[in-house]
Amino acid sequence: MLQLIIIILGVAFILYTLLGGADFGAGIVETFAGRKGEKTISKAIAPVWEANHVWLILAIVILFTAFPLVYSTISIALHIPLMIVLIGIVLRGSSFTFRHYDVAHGITHKYYTAFFQISSFMTPVFLGITLGAMILGDISVENTGSFYGLYVQPWFNIFCLVMGLFTASLFGYIAAVFLISEATYPVEQERYIRLSKMFLLLTFVMGLLVFTTAELKNHHLFDAFFNSRLSIAAFSAVILLIPFILYLFRHPHTLYLRAAIGLQVTLVMLGWFAIQFPILVYERHGHHLTFYNTQAPAATLYQLLIALFAGLLLIIPSFYFLFKVFKINNGQNSSLRQTRH
Amino acid sequence: MDDLVAARLQMAISLGWHIVFACIGMTMPVLMAFSEWKWLRTGKQVYIDVAKAWSKGVAIFFAVGAVSGTVLSFELGLLFPGFMKHAGAIIGMPFSWEGTAFFVEAIALGIFLYGWDRLNKWAHWLSGVVVGISGVMSGIFVVSANAWMNSPAGFTWQNGKAINIDPVAAMFNDAWFSQALHMTLAAFVATSFAVAGVHAFLLLKNRTNAFHRTAVRIALSFGAVAAFLQPISGDISAKDIAERQPAKLAALEALYHTSQPADLIIGGIPNNETQEVDYAIHIPAMLSFLAHGDFDAKVTGLDKFPEAERPPVLVTHFAFQIMVACGFLLAFAGLLYFIFSARWQAVLEKKWWLTFIACLTPLGFIAVEAGWTVTEVGRQPWIIYGVMKTEDAVSPIPGLQFSFYMITGIYLLLTLILIWLMRRQIATVPTYYPSARNINE
Repeated sequence: MLQLIIIILGVAFILYTLLGGADFGAGIVETFAGRKGEKTISKAIAPVWEANHVWLILAIVILFTAFPLVYSTISIALHIPLMIVLIGIVLRGSSFTFRHYDVAHGITHKYYTAFFQISSFMTPVFLGITLGAMILGDISVENTGSFYGLYVQPWFNIFCLVMGLFTASLFGYIAAVFLISEATYPVEQERYIRLSKMFLLLTFVMGLLVFTTAELKNHHLFDAFFNSRLSIAAFSAVILLIPFILYLFRHPHTLYLRAAIGLQVTLVMLGWFAIQFPILVYERHGHHLTFYNTQAPAATLYQLLIALFAGLLLIIPSFYFLFKVFKINNGQNSSLRQTRH
Repeated sequence: MDDLVAARLQMAISLGWHIVFACIGMTMPVLMAFSEWKWLRTGKQVYIDVAKAWSKGVAIFFAVGAVSGTVLSFELGLLFPGFMKHAGAIIGMPFSWEGTAFFVEAIALGIFLYGWDRLNKWAHWLSGVVVGISGVMSGIFVVSANAWMNSPAGFTWQNGKAINIDPVAAMFNDAWFSQALHMTLAAFVATSFAVAGVHAFLLLKNRTNAFHRTAVRIALSFGAVAAFLQPISGDISAKDIAERQPAKLAALEALYHTSQPADLIIGGIPNNETQEVDYAIHIPAMLSFLAHGDFDAKVTGLDKFPEAERPPVLVTHFAFQIMVACGFLLAFAGLLYFIFSARWQAVLEKKWWLTFIACLTPLGFIAVEAGWTVTEVGRQPWIIYGVMKTEDAVSPIPGLQFSFYMITGIYLLLTLILIWLMRRQIATVPTYYPSARNINE
């Protein structure tokens, strides 16, 4: 039962990274995509972004129902970065919707765009910082100490910052690749391909920096990585996918591209889960919070599982339908591919 | 500012803000689906125009509702981690059902808003119906979680820990039905009357406009039915809290002394010093009847509770008076609407009637805010009634007032933008929808 809930939590997390990440990333990519890019991006994310972000709500609900102690611990220790994430989510969603629906262009349009782009970047950075702090192990469950030591130090450091930048860069990469198939004319498509390559390189470098800065903070990710066969396999597969994706950049194919990046992101997450498992939050004095020592009573897990299964039975077909209507039946990409050859 | 006060105020602002969008999200899909159904049946352009124009406004409100709801799911922990540490496992179930319902709602709404040209007409309508149903369901689930705070069930509290957890019993606690019914009706009353009010205001400028006339008619029909039923649901709620939360009833009635029979106290200013309500109207024995269905029944007053366990009387009493006054005025307007549409349809075109409806625009939402104030402030000092105090649940992090100021500032700014944006949206309606053009233009 616990295993099933962990799997669903993991899946929700991966889907949020992939779909919510693509939405955040679209705001980052937009900064480099020019005036026409704004139109493509708005059109691409408007029908789906709200549904994409519900994966986060689902993950949070699973967390506070099944692992309440994890939720309350990070709520206290990481209050500041989480609050910034929330403000980012509010500003991003509102400014995007306002821009999409507001009637006239002009000065307000510029403000909406500025808020949308800045919050699209800041939110993933602070999401990454939050995750980084959960990994790093400077969170204390005992509430004794200075304000700085308890509520700032756990996340205000080089490793967490790099985690934040890695997250933003990964989201930008996902978005740029998704947008290749949303472009409406060849020059624009070229631009997204260039951006995809740029973000791929950036994400790769940031990934290496994550490991390096972890060593600086005395958190031995390299060791953990080499001790887990699953994560070695996953990360090798991620690297092996790169030539294939580069090939696809030259011969874009919507489905293959999206499948390839989906697989790549899933593997990155799996590799990371493999290193972490079963720890959710590393604690300063070694009282790590794991799936096992924080799980809710069996009756709760059982009811949660029923709700999740019934929910997924409803959500998955309707999600598929949503994407079929707006993403799969787009029909504009086949012509684009021909003009490229 | 005290951290506890800051945390409570931030929660109040966040909830009070979100509830407006939640009400719109519960009600508007039903109204839109109804209008589209009329179009499918009659083929009249005006119905589809109304449905489409509404859907644009709903898209904006829904987005803000979705992000402000996300904020709440985090704030439960950010502000009251002591509460969520214990309550998460007990009331996670209604939250997970709420998550599911909201997920379906978000997906179906995406299809409804952007699928006008991509789907078969009836399939499109069906997506609207799905939005309506899942919206109401998600409201009911989340209210059930709140009801549990008023009427804790499904666990045993031992040595500061919850054991023998039964999530099903927690979800179907004694308060869930009366609260869910009252809130669902309130959402329909508030949203329908606000929508009718805005269209009535626009209709005053040109009284032959078919678009606004249709919109007013649809919104008022729903609003009138809901407003008419609301006092009945209120009575169920009152009898329920008289049994379960006598301290809350005493506070909202400002009943300082246990009485048999007890007077209904209307208005006035509760005075904690003298334990009297100054300048109030008393209706003899009426409270006994309303609370227990018997003019001779004994009603527990605040004197039966230790000082430390009494809710703030002034705020609760005032909020309750405001809620009831707004509710009755709207129920009265609903009654008039029934009478006029059955007998004197000409009245519905009159200037005074439209002015009256336009003036009612904010009342439903004022009642909703006041009602939540009653239920939340009336539960104090408890966060889980009789089990855990709010002060024991608040986050230990100092300086909570800063996040309160920040959230308040942001929500204030967004409110101003939303009002301004809606005005711009409304101004474009005649350009997009032929039926909204004035005939003499």
